[in-house]
Amino acid sequence: MATLIDAPPPTVAAPISKSAGGGLGRYILIRFLLIFPTIFILVTLVFFLMRITGDPITAAQGGRLPQEQIDALVHQAGYDRNLFIQYIEYLGHIATGNFGRTISDGRPVVEMLVKFGAATLELSINALVVALLVGIPLGMFAAHKRDKVPDAVLRMFAILCYATPVFFAGLLLKLTFSVGLGWFPVAGRASTTTELAMGRLAASSGIYWLDALRSGNLAAFGDIVHHAVLPAVALGLLTAGVFLRLVRTNVIGTLGRDYVEAGRSRGVSEYRLVTKHAYKPALIPIITVMGLQIALLLGGAVLTETTFEWKGLGYQLAQYLTARDFVAVQGIVMLLAVIVAITNFAVDIAAALIDPRVRY
Amino acid sequence: MGTTVLEPRKKSLLDRLPVSSHIRQSVGLQRTMLLIGVVLCAVFVVAAIFAPVLAPYGYSQISDDAGSFPAQAEPGGKHLMGTTVGGYDVLSRMIWGSQTAMAVIVAAVLMSIFLGVFLGLVSGYFGGWLDRVLVVIADAIYAFPTLLVAIVMSIAINKGQSGFWGGILACGFAITAVFVPQYFRVIRAETIRLKAEPFVESAQVVGASSTRIIRRHIFANATRTLPLIFTLNASEAILTLAGLGFLGFGIEPSSAAEWGFDLNKAMSDASSGIWWTGVFPGLAIVLTVVGLTLVGESINDLNDPRLRGRKAAGAKGAPGPSTAAANAAIAADVRGL
Repeated sequence: MATLIDAPPPTVAAPISKSAGGGLGRYILIRFLLIFPTIFILVTLVFFLMRITGDPITAAQGGRLPQEQIDALVHQAGYDRNLFIQYIEYLGHIATGNFGRTISDGRPVVEMLVKFGAATLELSINALVVALLVGIPLGMFAAHKRDKVPDAVLRMFAILCYATPVFFAGLLLKLTFSVGLGWFPVAGRASTTTELAMGRLAASSGIYWLDALRSGNLAAFGDIVHHAVLPAVALGLLTAGVFLRLVRTNVIGTLGRDYVEAGRSRGVSEYRLVTKHAYKPALIPIITVMGLQIALLLGGAVLTETTFEWKGLGYQLAQYLTARDFVAVQGIVMLLAVIVAITNFAVDIAAALIDPRVRY
Repeated sequence: MGTTVLEPRKKSLLDRLPVSSHIRQSVGLQRTMLLIGVVLCAVFVVAAIFAPVLAPYGYSQISDDAGSFPAQAEPGGKHLMGTTVGGYDVLSRMIWGSQTAMAVIVAAVLMSIFLGVFLGLVSGYFGGWLDRVLVVIADAIYAFPTLLVAIVMSIAINKGQSGFWGGILACGFAITAVFVPQYFRVIRAETIRLKAEPFVESAQVVGASSTRIIRRHIFANATRTLPLIFTLNASEAILTLAGLGFLGFGIEPSSAAEWGFDLNKAMSDASSGIWWTGVFPGLAIVLTVVGLTLVGESINDLNDPRLRGRKAAGAKGAPGPSTAAANAAIAADVRGL
């Protein structure tokens, strides 16, 4: 929900330094150091929570092997040792950059993260494009028509965007555009031939449309876009609702300022007033909150990927969780934690650069 | 209101209740939105409470006296919304689903209010290292995608899948883990603000114990914004529950009806053009969330003078804690979901 986002969000963990003052450099340093406890706490939480859930061997073999054999395997893998020792060992591995191999399909965690991370990144970028294209113009329009019928309609639209779970939006899109009209494929990132062509590329970035464009394969590019539309719209609309309201609230705030009135009295067109005079200053809080939406986008990606069988991190995470594959889950969570922490860091720094009052 | 009022009368209970006082205060469009929200919520609550009476069949019933239900029957006749692959009646599962959703919301929100308010009060009042540690932990969880926190929690609690109450509690706990940091933040910020107020200081001077100050002075003042956060979070709780169910980390289908789970099953039907198994539970989610959001949002807007449209004439008794409410709303909203 994003009704009231017209101020930069409360910054993380303020009471570090009690003394006022201290320059921007100091602020950035403190804020940077705060990234590490965030990641550390999440990694620790996930480590212990995953151990409570059981072990991968029982999850895979439970019921099929006699209990003694399972116990032997568990013992062999070292999952029955003291939790704390396992934890210290795990931290040691991370510190040396050794993330291990996934238990269920035995691939190196880093390789897995890169491969599926690219797919998730592609989906997120596509969705972000949809969200910006839909959210910003509509938000400005709603602010312009404040408290009139179009505004009410757009606000309802924004609430609907928020209230519709991604998988339901995906289902409706599939029913209408794939099954009903036959315009778009039902699922997947690309057709098999394109997948193969993309897999053969030497220096691939893993982001299909980028690879297709670089290799000049226009047929593949068309196929990829064709597949990307529905997932991007499903995930994009979720965020578009938030953006719409964000832009609306903030532009309404700036539209009431004196200089906008002054511009109006000089005969500046209403269009220009909204899109330039009022929108530009409203951008600061908008960007701040948009940065925070990355967590929403990542959470939504898990559901979108499962809905459209888009083989990215979210899709894999669901698979690994079912298999109780600690190593893989910890790897994915670690990556997500790093992304979220760095984004928040960047957002806070941006806010501090723009508004000196934010610094502590 | 226009006539001369000789002595200030205490407002009737109806006027002081959160939602009904807001209805009186609102006008025009805002009132319409609030009323739509209230109606949708009422339908949801009624469906949840009277599910056994309203639903034509049980949630896991696949046959009646006339024999087993047909699989994937189109809507109409005996099954108003059709049946699923397994022969469940879609309408019945939709109605029973509201009961599950309601139970989870109540469990989750109560637990997180209890924990969040307690931790927020203690952390904000005493400060020190406990406060710092709690803030860093809360921020770490707060920054993370809610659904992932809920998934990990639900697997940790739920190991295998369990029955109705086990499942409800597991989902409730999972959602609690997501919400506690939010309540914690809001209450902590309020507590810190209140701690500097003269009335707290005078209580300290008089020699009141910390427990008494927290209980009598701070608690009552810091929790005014809770109804607002409640409505905002209830909708999030439903979405999280549906997400968990959709990914298969929710409640087992034979022990309760759950909309997200039904949608998961419906995904494979979609490619063969069977729409009714997915559309109806999906609509149930959307309508419930829209209802809760409309109520929460209207309260939010009415509490915030900057967003309140035209002020209703004579609404002098408008709720005062506008800055507190705005802060709470920002804290709850920035999250986005």
